[in-house]
Amino acid sequence: MSTFVYMTRCDGCGHCVDICPSDIMHIDENIRRAKNIEPNFCWECYSCVKACPNHAIDVRGYADFAPMGHSVRVRREEEKGTISWKIKFRNGTEKNFVSPITTKPWGKFIPKLADGDTPNQGEINSQKLYSEPEGLNTNQELPSVPKDSFKKGVYY
Amino acid sequence: MLNNNPFSLLAEIVSPFAMQGFIIAMVLLIAVGTIIQMIHHKNLTYFFNNAKKAKLAATKELGIGEKTSIIAKTTVVDIGTTSELGFGKRRLAHVLGMYGTILFWISSAVLVFCYTGVGKSNSETWSMLWHVGAILTCLGGYWFWFFLRVDVSAEAHPWYRIIKADLFVLALLACATFGLAWSYTQFNNQMGLSFLFLTLFVASNLILFGGVYWSKFAHMFYKPGAAIQKNLAEADGSRDNLPPPADAPEQFGLGIKREEPKHY
Repeated sequence: MSTFVYMTRCDGCGHCVDICPSDIMHIDENIRRAKNIEPNFCWECYSCVKACPNHAIDVRGYADFAPMGHSVRVRREEEKGTISWKIKFRNGTEKNFVSPITTKPWGKFIPKLADGDTPNQGEINSQKLYSEPEGLNTNQELPSVPKDSFKKGVYY
Repeated sequence: MLNNNPFSLLAEIVSPFAMQGFIIAMVLLIAVGTIIQMIHHKNLTYFFNNAKKAKLAATKELGIGEKTSIIAKTTVVDIGTTSELGFGKRRLAHVLGMYGTILFWISSAVLVFCYTGVGKSNSETWSMLWHVGAILTCLGGYWFWFFLRVDVSAEAHPWYRIIKADLFVLALLACATFGLAWSYTQFNNQMGLSFLFLTLFVASNLILFGGVYWSKFAHMFYKPGAAIQKNLAEADGSRDNLPPPADAPEQFGLGIKREEPKHY
């Protein structure tokens, strides 16, 4: 499955281009609207579908069941802090869900990575991730797997 | 210069009938280009198929009065102010360019058909509108071209990269810019430059209206249609399969602020 754009709805704002983690949403050179340039690389994360302010992006189902009338669509209302889903099944059943996007003040809990210390070479080579172990609310030493125990050709 | 009809001075060397014929030819080019594009891209088929789907999925039958009121409201609010672009620079630039272009084209036709030729008086108002229209087109168009184009602002391409989608905006800007330059040089009796800018003005008009099939020109007709269809679908409950706006509860948390797409 992959995303596609309803050209009549898209106004070429670039939000999907900005948010796509695979960098496959781009601007078409002929009509300056968004398009998925590599549908095979789309992992259906729905980031662009949710970010689109005009609901211009949808996800195409596999050919064996897509023509049978299913639909999964989402409306994200950031000013209300809500995200609503409407799922239409092939047998006509409909389910609607409403969830909060976040209940915390926007931006307050986003780590300010640029303000942090630059990691040294030892930290870069370490198996610990950013902010570990404090970020996991522990001061204990984390378990690690020694590299020489890896089987060559399997892990790297 | 702003009060001066540039076409009446031109009428001394070019027949007013030739100018009127040129405008009619440009209108025909728009019609032919749009019709061929609609046949090739199957835009109408898409719209009608969408309308059929919406009718099947509708939860509420809309009366003629309701439909008329939705279409009228969409025309004034959505189309008249290009509300789909949200609030911000893109919308402002688009509104400037849109109304500038409409003024420029209408006043061109009025000046050529009503105020150009032997024994016809000058209309300061329409001449002023022609110049103001061209200036507004330039303001909105150059703002868009240099600062707001999405392939530059969101995709980080350089501003001087020209793509096929630029055919419309560049030809339109060339029309307005060369039109103003022609009017200025003609008013100041700079005959050589005046002929040069007139030639460029005519050429950019031919590219703008002759290139309708290849350019984004026809989006002026499709976008209003799409806005009307979208609002009708919201009203009849089909909503293109989208969920209804959240209402229980209406507010979750504090909401978030959307950021400009500039994180390349």
